[in-house]
Amino acid sequence: MAETLLEVNDLKVRFATEDGIVRAVDGLSFELERGKVLGIVGESGSGKSVTAMTLMGLTRGVNARFDGEVLYKGTDLLKVSDRDMQNYRGNELGMIFQDPMTSLNPVYRIGEQIVEAIQSHEKVDKRTARSRTVELLRQVGIPNPDSRVDNFPHEFSGGMRQRAMIAMALSCNPSILIADEPTTALDVTIQAQIVELINRLKDDFDSAVIFITHDLGVIADIADEIIVMYAGRVVERGSKRDVFYDPQMPYTWGLLGSIPRLDRPRPERLHTIEGAPPSLINLPDGCKFRPRCPHAFEKCKQEPGLENRVGTPGHLDRCWLDVEFKRAHRDETISPGSEEAA
Amino acid sequence: MTVLEQAGESGETPLLEVRHVKKYFPIRKGVLQREVARVHAVDDVSFAVREGETLGLVGESGCGKSTLGRTIVRLLEPTDGQIIFRGTPIERFGTRRMRPLRREMQMVFQDPYASLNPRKRVGTIVSDPMRIHNLGSRAEQKKRVGEILETVGLSPEHYNRFPHEFSGGQRQRIGIARALALRPKLIVADEPVSALDVSIQSQMLNLLDDLQNELQLTYIFIAHDLGVVRHVSDRIAVMYLGKIVELSPAEELYTRPIMPYTEALLSAVPIPDPDLAEKRERIVLEGDVPSPINPPSGCRFHPRCRYATDICREVEPPLVDYGNAHLAACHHPLNVDQATLQQVGVAEQHTPAAADETALPQDTSGRSNPSATPNPD
Repeated sequence: MAETLLEVNDLKVRFATEDGIVRAVDGLSFELERGKVLGIVGESGSGKSVTAMTLMGLTRGVNARFDGEVLYKGTDLLKVSDRDMQNYRGNELGMIFQDPMTSLNPVYRIGEQIVEAIQSHEKVDKRTARSRTVELLRQVGIPNPDSRVDNFPHEFSGGMRQRAMIAMALSCNPSILIADEPTTALDVTIQAQIVELINRLKDDFDSAVIFITHDLGVIADIADEIIVMYAGRVVERGSKRDVFYDPQMPYTWGLLGSIPRLDRPRPERLHTIEGAPPSLINLPDGCKFRPRCPHAFEKCKQEPGLENRVGTPGHLDRCWLDVEFKRAHRDETISPGSEEAA
Repeated sequence: MTVLEQAGESGETPLLEVRHVKKYFPIRKGVLQREVARVHAVDDVSFAVREGETLGLVGESGCGKSTLGRTIVRLLEPTDGQIIFRGTPIERFGTRRMRPLRREMQMVFQDPYASLNPRKRVGTIVSDPMRIHNLGSRAEQKKRVGEILETVGLSPEHYNRFPHEFSGGQRQRIGIARALALRPKLIVADEPVSALDVSIQSQMLNLLDDLQNELQLTYIFIAHDLGVVRHVSDRIAVMYLGKIVELSPAEELYTRPIMPYTEALLSAVPIPDPDLAEKRERIVLEGDVPSPINPPSGCRFHPRCRYATDICREVEPPLVDYGNAHLAACHHPLNVDQATLQQVGVAEQHTPAAADETALPQDTSGRSNPSATPNPD
């Protein structure tokens, strides 16, 4: 039994804004064990980035309200003071941001930025910190780290900047690495490299990974468990196999069907999820996905709870539809056009 | 040259023809601003686009695909070569002679956040092209904007809103509406979906498809993701370091890639199926695209190619037609049988030492085809 690093219980994040209360995250629960990769999937505005930032204590502010618990090795991070949080951030939880172009400071050398991260967390002299930086850059696959350490961010390509960001996130040996859309701004070839790198480093550093993305294809390789978020809540949660081979939420089907797939014949039209995600200020009644769901019926006016309806242990969903009905109809969405082929 | 012959074969004049186009950017240094080096962004590229067709242009960042797109619509001046639009060479046209042509070729840009002026209302953004070209009265322009907004799936009530009030997908629709305002023939779409969520991306791809059928548009679709490109393209050109390394009918590129670079690009596209993803061999390309200031000698892909031999380091492979309008530039072509090899004369170019290597692609042809792993059922 691996050690449970993080336990999130019924996390709710709300922001007071001029237009009303934004329910960015509404009842999120999960556990993360050492050595595991948790994938969080959803569209823009589904609350996945707010979740990541909240775990890092980056959403704290006068207009933010938190409920629930974020237990890191037993300590509730929501109750930790801002100053103590500084010790968790970096030392215990490292974060990789989406945009490597804007998350590095353009006027400092790459090495200086990583050295600063190390020195702000540990009492080490500059020389030690610098040699560790070079070693880190080598580990994330930067060629000639001895000279590259003195480059400015603009001298790095997009993929190398993301590698430098990963080196910075790993600089203080965090137990949990949170990657918020780490590959979205990158080319597919570089994306493949970065996903593989994160997976390898997870083992090298003996840590756990939370991998946030909007593209289920990206995490098909590496995720152990997957959470699908919609409108601030978890709509489906299960092992990788559950979510890919027995998805229970029509929203998950839509996400799977939207990906242009190379392993299947080219369909006439791609599946699309009609409409747009709802405003988090004015959520619809009942199931939040109801307005966009092609299978919605009367009962969906009440919100379904996150329950185990399939029978597979650990596979939870928020959908009233009959399991057998779903199994019979989901392929129309997930692989449009493949019925004729079958 | 084979590209040009191939275009001529169909008899009709292609809508657009690009002949040996080069675009170099000078690097200047010192007080005198002397040219010390050149970035070979686009280096001798030729292809033709027929009316109503979609040509996909694929490659990694820095391969020159955006520069090529911008050169075609004359946002950049080509260093050398010809751009022929409807039979007329336009590469030396000045601003005034270009203006009527601008109505026929428009561009959709990658970043929906940066390509719309935040201080202008949607109505102004979409009607500006009509104002510049003096098309119709103000009332007519306004009516037309309403129509276009509906065509791209927005509502005419959005006329007075500002870009920041829209989501990324909606903004990209505004960008498309602006490109459509002048009823162009050719649209160069530069990574129109790569900044969008997958769910929005599929909406946008379907929209581009519908518009093409409705308005008989011709697209040059630039992207780095072969999965996306396959969905919209009739033919696909793969670019690497300023050169076209493979040009093929869309489906054939996926079932029978000839250039090892294409093979690697295909294997990088994620497959949303854990079992397949695990089974399939991923060819992870090491490192980044080399600098286009000093491109590698011989085949430009050789430093990252797993089949590279001596000949690749020394001789630049020409773009050869392997039949069925499938062209590729490679000394060690994959998925090609011996007979075809002899026919096109690639085998003869090998040195004796490298000749053994020609057998390699056939040995690996089974696995060198990452896209063709359909479910047995």
